[in-house]
Amino acid sequence: MREKKDYMVLTFHTTTEAMEMEKKCGERHIPGRLIPVPRAITAGCGLAWRIAQAEYESHRAAIDALGISFQQAVALKL
Amino acid sequence: MIYLDSAATSFLKPPQVAEAVCQSFGHIGNAGRGAHAPTLNASRLLYSTREKLAQLFHAEQPACVAFASNATQALNTAINGLIGPDDHVITTVCEHNSVLRPLFRKEQEGTQLSIVPADEEGKIHPSQLKACIRKNTRAVVMHHASNVTGNVTDLAKIAAIAHDTGALLIVDAAQTAGSIPIDVQTMGIDVLCFTGHKGLLGPQGTGGICVRKGLHIPPFLVGGSGVHSFDREHPSDMPTVLEAGTANGHGIAGLEAALDFLLETGVETMHQRETKLMHRFVQGIRDIDTITVYGDMDAAVRAPIVTLNIGNADAAEVSDILWEDYEICVRAGAHCAPLMHRHFGTEQQGAVRFSFSYWNTEEEIDRAVQAVREIAADYEETIHA
Repeated sequence: MREKKDYMVLTFHTTTEAMEMEKKCGERHIPGRLIPVPRAITAGCGLAWRIAQAEYESHRAAIDALGISFQQAVALKL
Repeated sequence: MIYLDSAATSFLKPPQVAEAVCQSFGHIGNAGRGAHAPTLNASRLLYSTREKLAQLFHAEQPACVAFASNATQALNTAINGLIGPDDHVITTVCEHNSVLRPLFRKEQEGTQLSIVPADEEGKIHPSQLKACIRKNTRAVVMHHASNVTGNVTDLAKIAAIAHDTGALLIVDAAQTAGSIPIDVQTMGIDVLCFTGHKGLLGPQGTGGICVRKGLHIPPFLVGGSGVHSFDREHPSDMPTVLEAGTANGHGIAGLEAALDFLLETGVETMHQRETKLMHRFVQGIRDIDTITVYGDMDAAVRAPIVTLNIGNADAAEVSDILWEDYEICVRAGAHCAPLMHRHFGTEQQGAVRFSFSYWNTEEEIDRAVQAVREIAADYEETIHA
């Protein structure tokens, strides 16, 4: 298994919002990537945005300005 | 072969549509079903296509657009989701069965239905529609352009009438999406139902529904959504609420390529070219005594459709002669618009519909004019023999 690191995991109400997130982050050079929602957040399926905790802190203002209403923002070791 | 049946489907398409469909088979997985590259490629494809549809129709945001397999599915979704047995609904005699049959089924469940008549040219007058409004009018469900006459209705006027009483405007844009500019916000359209394979130039099996932000349509279909799998109910957020099951990703790849072409060329440019060809055809056949043309050919804005009959000749026979003797593709019959044909008295005869594409040439139009003139001359000889 992979070595665990600290991440912030952002979840969405719809896949459309997840894709909007990926597009906007790409345009604004906000790091991170889409992953399957970890079971620690919710069982089932769906996409989440995973960003290293330190990078989340440094890009927090830009992420808040995206205008996306996240379902949850959860700090996890993944 | 001369293809003059674009109101049925866009047989003539930019080549990149087919190329995009083929390429998608090596590129996309199932959208929204995981996070590996092929499934994300599919999700990205759906999102970018949604963005382009929102841009084309001036929707508030991409999430206002849900994919459907055709305009019929979109109309069934809107009508079944928004109209209840205690509601009153207004529609018109000009409608396609994709509007009428879902409404007739609602009528069986108790919904009251008013059907606005047309004038001798098949046009709907907003004042007559306004006279049908009742306290419990839930919606006006109608076409943007008639698939028989090509007449275009001023939807902004209809929206004002509907919204005055709190009713919704649900629009069948099967004949105009991609052919005539549509702005759902300025036109006041609450629900726009469209197909992808006509004016939008995409593959068959694509289409969608554009829903005003904040308007909730309970889904007609529920099932796999890729999210909230343990919930007993289907998710209620747009567009997931109206997209149960796997999307037609390969078809949508073609639709996106078609939208790229349309957005680059401009719908207004497409419309002007098609209108020019339509008028060239009308001018060529208008002086023939035995021909009846259905619709207002002098209107400033029309869908590129000319429907006609030659005397009382069977429309099916005329269309068959056009194909057999001239290799010209047209549509005969009732065009799935029974009330329109009853209005014109063409239930038995049917009518011959010519519909034009951006890619038709002036030479093709002239050959079609010549064909109609020859068939009309033969018809006159027959009746005078």
